[in-house]
Amino acid sequence: MSTRSALLLAAGALALATAAATVAASAADSPNLGRPATPEEVAAWDISIGPDGAGLPPGAGTAKQGEAVFAAKCLACHGEKGAGKPNDQLVGGQGTMASDKPAVKTVGSYWPYATTVFDYVRRAMPYTESKSLSSDEVYAVAAYILNLNGVIGESDTMDAQSLPKVKMPNRDGFVPFARGK
Amino acid sequence: MGKDRDKQRARLDDAEVVAGNGLLHRRMLLTAGAVVAAGAAMPRAASAEPLPVESWMKQPGVGFNGYGQPSKYETAARTFASAPGTTGTGAARTPHQLLDGMITPSGLHFERSHSGIPDINPETHRLLIHGLVKRPLVFTLESLSRYPREQRITFLECAGNGQALYQKDPVAANVQAIHGLVSCAEWSGVKLSLLLEEAGVDPRAQWLLAEGADAAGMSRSVPLAKAMDDAMIALYQNGERVRPSNGYPMRLLLPGYEGNMNVKWLRRIKLTEDPTMTKDETSKYTLLEPDGKALQFVFTQETKSMITQPSPGLAMKEPGLYEISGIAWSGYGKISKVEVSADGGKSWAPAALQEPVLSKALTRFRMPWRWDGRPAVLQSRATDETGFVQPSREQLIAKRGTRSVYHCNAITTWGVSDKGEVKHVYA
Repeated sequence: MSTRSALLLAAGALALATAAATVAASAADSPNLGRPATPEEVAAWDISIGPDGAGLPPGAGTAKQGEAVFAAKCLACHGEKGAGKPNDQLVGGQGTMASDKPAVKTVGSYWPYATTVFDYVRRAMPYTESKSLSSDEVYAVAAYILNLNGVIGESDTMDAQSLPKVKMPNRDGFVPFARGK
Repeated sequence: MGKDRDKQRARLDDAEVVAGNGLLHRRMLLTAGAVVAAGAAMPRAASAEPLPVESWMKQPGVGFNGYGQPSKYETAARTFASAPGTTGTGAARTPHQLLDGMITPSGLHFERSHSGIPDINPETHRLLIHGLVKRPLVFTLESLSRYPREQRITFLECAGNGQALYQKDPVAANVQAIHGLVSCAEWSGVKLSLLLEEAGVDPRAQWLLAEGADAAGMSRSVPLAKAMDDAMIALYQNGERVRPSNGYPMRLLLPGYEGNMNVKWLRRIKLTEDPTMTKDETSKYTLLEPDGKALQFVFTQETKSMITQPSPGLAMKEPGLYEISGIAWSGYGKISKVEVSADGGKSWAPAALQEPVLSKALTRFRMPWRWDGRPAVLQSRATDETGFVQPSREQLIAKRGTRSVYHCNAITTWGVSDKGEVKHVYA
């Protein structure tokens, strides 16, 4: 090793040590008033589901089972077979994105990930009693909506393994934004 | 006195007309002469009325109260609409036609809620930070209140603000109905990066999921870089605790980013490698383009402005000198210029920018105008410090089509009739 490289190496090591000291100092100076969360606490609060299915709970359901859940909990707002009115339409609209007519954005025509259906229904629906459905019910009602959109079969079982594998019709319909484009 | 007045009158007459239909040089606003001249332009108002000694000048007024309210004569209020079958899912809009300055009073700040306003007990509310961190942490409001605070003035704008301009024909509506989903407040709270550093960020983390404690569990993915830059856990709004309608007891504040991402009633932050692809960042808040593809992750609110006075509902009673006033903003930084036109965009002149001009805050602009009593077409066009120029409606639609719903920053046009009435038109 030349003297020059040795010096550079030493300088690098010094810089690293300084950086580490700064981090340690800032952590020590920080109030540090958060208390550690236990894995159980985190598990109880962590309800978000990634597009890869991370976070999906045990349980399962089919469209057939979901039809009854939908009739009891969803139909009043989302209409017969998810046709909409008075609130959002959940079914249909495929092919309306690239046209001059109004875009009919539904789970079947627009949503890129089936996991989002589970995530959203579980956290926010039914509107007047959110977070009340069991995991089986959420899988079942998600299966029902996907089946009405022709995305899965009537007897297909949705669970933590199968739901992330569902290929949504508009999966490739999104492009990341960049300013000036 | 008379001599001064003559001098000021002459000054008005000589005022430099800087653009078509009576736009005057902004220096008119900056001199005392202009104020007197404004009075001089309306001599009839001062001619016959007596100056009575009113009853309230002769007896004591009412006493103190705990929390002040506006004058009973003032009518400024938000207007709102809710989704069918709900009372709290929808939006309430700021009455910009009745306001001045850059700060929106907290009670008039716009609100967008997805399942009403939760009644959160601040003592039991918790903020959980977890995911790709070394130490998952739980914070109480009391513990966060002991952290060093920072404060900043920043606007919030709903991504859907101004979407009426995508409609084929101009809607008959005022500035509140069209652009009432933008407001500006002073926020103070704890820098998010400080809390994330305490939790210890795993190098794999590139995003975070922010989630609210409302019944909708409103959730959005935010780039970690933004969180480490200027994100704040806001605890105070205009000097007092954040209002329930704006996230009490704590909300995420992402200066310049679309309102929806500034998650209210913040209860959880999860660091992740990739975006979670929540309902609101896929099926909503994405911009459908003419080719059928949708732009995703359009976070920053683009350069925009609008004239608030005069505007629909504020008729001018007679020809004379008026101040055109409005607000401009950019999620990318400071406003560097606002131009005003009174002839539908044929000619433009720079307005005066009211100090302070702050990054990612509303900036008030003012422009003196001598209305001659004939039809006029008023517009404002903002430029931000990055050089971005607010587009005309035609330019925006040529680029984006009419079905993108969100992030409409096109120029708004007010048509003034020969009677002084103002309405929303397309230029």
